[in-house]
Amino acid sequence: MGDYLSQISTLFSEYDVLGAFWVNIQLTFWAAILSLILGTFLALMRISPIPSLRWAGTTYVNLVRNTPLTVIMTFMVLAVWTQLQISLADNFEQNFFRLAVVGLTVYHAAFVCESIRSGVNTVPLGQAEAARAIGLSFVPAARLVILPQAFRGAVAPLGNTLIALLKNSTVAAAASVTNETSSLMRNMIEFNSSEIYSIFFIFAIGYVILVIPIGLLTTSLSNRLAVRR
Amino acid sequence: MSSQHSVLFDAPGPRARRRIVVGNIVGALFVAGVAAFVLVVLGQKGQLSWDLWGPIFTASAWENYYLPGLQNTLRAAGFAIVGAVVFGLVFGSGRLARSRTVRWISGVIVEFFRAVPVLLLMIFFWLLLGFNFKQVEEPSFVAVVLALVLYNGSVIAELVRSGVGNLPRGQAEAGLAIGLTGGQTLRSVQLPQALIAMLPSLVSQLVVVLKDTALGQLIVYNELLRAAQIFGNGNSNNLQTLTVAAIVFIVINWLLTRVASWLSRFLSGRTAGATATGPGIGDPTATGPGAVAGAGAR
Repeated sequence: MGDYLSQISTLFSEYDVLGAFWVNIQLTFWAAILSLILGTFLALMRISPIPSLRWAGTTYVNLVRNTPLTVIMTFMVLAVWTQLQISLADNFEQNFFRLAVVGLTVYHAAFVCESIRSGVNTVPLGQAEAARAIGLSFVPAARLVILPQAFRGAVAPLGNTLIALLKNSTVAAAASVTNETSSLMRNMIEFNSSEIYSIFFIFAIGYVILVIPIGLLTTSLSNRLAVRR
Repeated sequence: MSSQHSVLFDAPGPRARRRIVVGNIVGALFVAGVAAFVLVVLGQKGQLSWDLWGPIFTASAWENYYLPGLQNTLRAAGFAIVGAVVFGLVFGSGRLARSRTVRWISGVIVEFFRAVPVLLLMIFFWLLLGFNFKQVEEPSFVAVVLALVLYNGSVIAELVRSGVGNLPRGQAEAGLAIGLTGGQTLRSVQLPQALIAMLPSLVSQLVVVLKDTALGQLIVYNELLRAAQIFGNGNSNNLQTLTVAAIVFIVINWLLTRVASWLSRFLSGRTAGATATGPGIGDPTATGPGAVAGAGAR
C-alpha cells in the first residue's frame, strides 16, 4: 500500500495533472461564457415573430447539433488555421487554445439555445395571456413576465449543458491543444504503462469530483428557483 | 412551435404585420449578407476553386475513403447501441432492485460512467488493449465500442429508471395484485411498457452514439472523419473534405431525429408511459445527474 501511494505521488510530481485539469477548466469557462451569449442570441431569434430570423436560428441549431464535435474541432485546426490561415494569437499554444474555445462555443451554443427554449416552454400560456390582458406589448411582456420565468425553468438544462461542455473540453485534443487532460493521460500511460489503471482512475476521479458538484448545485438551484405551479 | 408563438405574441394586427414584413426583409438581408461575406472570403482565399472541390466528386473518393469510413462509423455505432441497450437494461433494473446493495452498486457504476468523458474511456481502453491484451485484433474498434457502450449504457440505464418511474402506479400494483413478485412485475409488466415509451429517446441516443464514433479519429479508428481527413491531406483540401463528411453526418442524424419524433407520435397511444423525447435526452442537455428524471417528467 505504501509502495502504491509512493508510485502515485511520483506520478503527480513528474506530471502536471492539476495543471492539465486547469486547462480544461479554462477552456470550459471561456466557452461557457461565449456560448451562453451566442446561445441566448439564437434563442431570441428562434422565438421572435420574424420568420427569416426564426429560420436562421433553427437552421443553425439543426446543422450544428447534428455535427460531431470532433469534426468541428478538427475543422478549426485543419481548415480554419492550416487552410484559411486564420490565426487567433501569435503564440502557437495560445492560438490552438482559442481555436478550441471557438469550436466548443459554436457547438454548445446550439444546446444553450435549446435549453433556453425549453425554459420558455415551461411558462404556461396563461402567463402570456395575463401579460397581454394588462396591456403589455411583446417586448415588455417578454422582459417582465416570460423571460424571468423561462430562465428559472432553464437552469437544469443549462447546468447539464455546462457538464457536457466540461467533459467535451477533452475533445480539444482534436484541435491540437496538447496540455489538457486527455492528452496528458495518454502521455502518462504511454510512458508508465504498468500503472495504466491508477493513471486512468486519477483522471476519471478528477472528472467525477468536478462534475458531481455542478450537478448537485444546478439541481438544487433549479429546485429553489422553480416557479411553483 | 405553433403553441410557442401564441405564448409570446398576440395575433398581429395590420401595423404589427407591416413591422414584421420590414423586420423579415432586414433579417433576410442580414442572413444573406453573412452568407455572402463567408463566400467572398472563401473565394478570395481560393477555396471555391474546382481543383479543391473536384476530387470529392469522383468515384474513387467515395470508394476508397467516404464509404469505407461511413461503413466503419455505422459498424461501431451499431455494436455500441446494442451493447448500450443491454448494459442499460441490466443496470437500469439494478437501480430498481429491491436489494439495497444491488441498487447502490448499480448507482455508483452508472454515475461514474456518466461523469467520465468518453474520450478518456476510449484512450484508456485503446492503450490497455495495446499494452496488456495484444491478441485483440482491432484495438481501436473494440475501444470505441467499449467506451460508447459504457457511457451510453449508463444514460440508457437512467432512461429505463425514469421510464419505469413515469408509468402510472396502478401498473405495478396490478402486477402485484395478480400474485407476481416484484421482479416478475418489473420484467413482464413495467419494463415492456417503459421500453416502448423509451423508443423515441433510444433513437435520439443513437444520434449521440453516431456523433461520438468520430472521437475514434483520435485513437486511429478508420471512421468517416479520419477517412475524410486522410483524403484531405492528400490533396491539401481538408476544408472541403471535412465539410462533406459533416454533411454526411448531418443528413444521417437529421433523418434519425425525424424518425424519433415520428415514433414518439406513433407510439403515444400504445403505452401508459410518456413517449415524448423530452427537451434533450440524447443531447448533452440531459447528461447530468438527475437530468433524465427531470426531462422525462416533461
